[in-house]
Amino acid sequence: MLSDKDRVFTNLYGFQDVSLKGARERGDWDNTASLMAQGRDWIVDQVQKSGLRGRGGAGFPTGLKWTFMPRQVITDRPHYLVINADEGEPGTCKDRDILRNEPHKLLEGALLAGFSVGAHVAYIYIRGEFYRESIVLQTAINEARVAGLLGDKACSTDWRFNVELHRGMGAYICGEETALINSIEGRKGQPRLKPPFPAGVGLFGCPTTVNNVESIAVIPTILRRGGEWFAGLGRPKNTGTKVFCISGHVNTPCNVEEEMGISLRELIERHAGGVRGGWENLLAVIPGGSSVPVLPKKICDHVLMDFDSLREVQSGLGTAAVIVMDRSTDIVHAVARLSRFYKHESCGQCTPCREGTGWLWRMMERMVTGTAHMAEIDVLDQVTRQIEGHTICALGDAAAWPVQGLIRHFRAEIENRITERARAA
Amino acid sequence: MNKIKMSVQSVPFFFTADNLKQAEDVIRRYPPGKQAAATMPLLDLAQRQAGWLPRTAMDYVAKLLRVPLIRVYEVATFYTMYRLHPIGRYHVKICTNLSCWLCGSEKIVKTCRDVLGVNIGETTLDEQFTIEEIECAGACVNAPIVQIGDDYFEDLDSDSMQKILEALKRGEQPKAGSQSGRQCSCPAGGPTTLQSSGPESSGPVKGGT
Repeated sequence: MLSDKDRVFTNLYGFQDVSLKGARERGDWDNTASLMAQGRDWIVDQVQKSGLRGRGGAGFPTGLKWTFMPRQVITDRPHYLVINADEGEPGTCKDRDILRNEPHKLLEGALLAGFSVGAHVAYIYIRGEFYRESIVLQTAINEARVAGLLGDKACSTDWRFNVELHRGMGAYICGEETALINSIEGRKGQPRLKPPFPAGVGLFGCPTTVNNVESIAVIPTILRRGGEWFAGLGRPKNTGTKVFCISGHVNTPCNVEEEMGISLRELIERHAGGVRGGWENLLAVIPGGSSVPVLPKKICDHVLMDFDSLREVQSGLGTAAVIVMDRSTDIVHAVARLSRFYKHESCGQCTPCREGTGWLWRMMERMVTGTAHMAEIDVLDQVTRQIEGHTICALGDAAAWPVQGLIRHFRAEIENRITERARAA
Repeated sequence: MNKIKMSVQSVPFFFTADNLKQAEDVIRRYPPGKQAAATMPLLDLAQRQAGWLPRTAMDYVAKLLRVPLIRVYEVATFYTMYRLHPIGRYHVKICTNLSCWLCGSEKIVKTCRDVLGVNIGETTLDEQFTIEEIECAGACVNAPIVQIGDDYFEDLDSDSMQKILEALKRGEQPKAGSQSGRQCSCPAGGPTTLQSSGPESSGPVKGGT
């Protein structure tokens, strides 16, 4: 188990003072200028050494992403840092705690990340529903400006740096980085074709790096304690600490910061009070937010919680949102509910996703009641594969994977339902 | 949906002096010439002023930002938080996505329907309450949750939901946050971590179940 001295988010639950004074007592903004004095390359190097992989779901190495930004800033093409706080993946609520209880970690991280990619402005895109959280964050920005930590001479260096908030208005798709950029520009949140990638042509047509809240908020601690400290936690290529969200059928659902690579069972039993009715009562777990395939109990018994371990069992770490379902759960209904979600959130741009998500949902509803034909299970699987990989963004994939996971592990359950329904008719 | 105030799409709309000043501050957040980026925040500001987003407010924002009307209409109709029709004073948004569903959001929906006497998507006759199902609100470890206006009400059950609605009916302001009394996303009964880093690091657990 991770020891408290290695935890980054010491005020995750908001027991302590959230203001700048409280944050300083926890070590935030402690001589930030000395970190900046070591130079942009040193910062990027430390982040690469730390092995930090993006915490928004895809797990792309953060330091590597930063190196994609142009070395030189051209006058009429300023660089931008965009922080993705459009947290909306079902099961996920980790960024909310950082925004409301650790806002200064995020702001200090924004300055350090912005400095290292050559940006003078960071936009934080926060989901519209998080109105109270946006007030806390705006208060923190104002405090930092008054204290000279942000502004024309951020932390008394020569670096000009400002942070601005942009609130979303209820669109899951804006969590996709190019849709998010469109949304800041005042357009519909529809993803853009890549290439060009945001590092070349992003916000307002300028080089842009988009990072998740958690990825940015751990940066100051990584730089203070060194990339090697972070790399020493977890497993190779899956390093560091991670905020896990454990929801659903557990005794004490919670957010908790743990070491990457902790076993799923230990995570649930140590921090979330165990599965309701005991471990044997477990039916299945969605280990990384609604977009990743569900895992049945026999895999949950031994799987480790990190990017590569979960990929080996054909699922994913995603946002590390663990949704636990006990034996009382109608698993087919649960996945049908997710299909309805993706149908609702498809932006409508690509035909396979716009039409396909509706298809999936309608077919899933028939699987729930058992009114489908046996042969349609394979048709359903085939439909998911015609959506997956055929769309501009990953929402199509995200809609397909939960259904594929269900068919892979719970095909018998669907078949039973169809048989029973046929017998009753 | 009850047909309330359906004839008011043409109600004239202008920002109040305070909101106009705030709008100018918002526009300054974005680079010169990129004022179209202020479309979303200004539509939100207009909605907060009018209680919903009439067509005249969209036109007003388009004119203020010097962007084509269609650009503003596109935005207003794409994002689900813009209310294109008048709604009740209290907008009760019930999350029914997976984590909330697993923790009993169906009971919460039923309680709202029973207490208020309307179905999902409808407004009460006194125009006080509109209830709606929403997709994941991002507070999953505190499921089931309901958002009323800007406030989250978490760790709900039928009883606490009923009490909240009745308090609102009486014109009171019920306490937002966890209804079981726990602190943010901390496990009920007390934290399992952050207990060794000083006397006030974890603090006493307020309430808990």
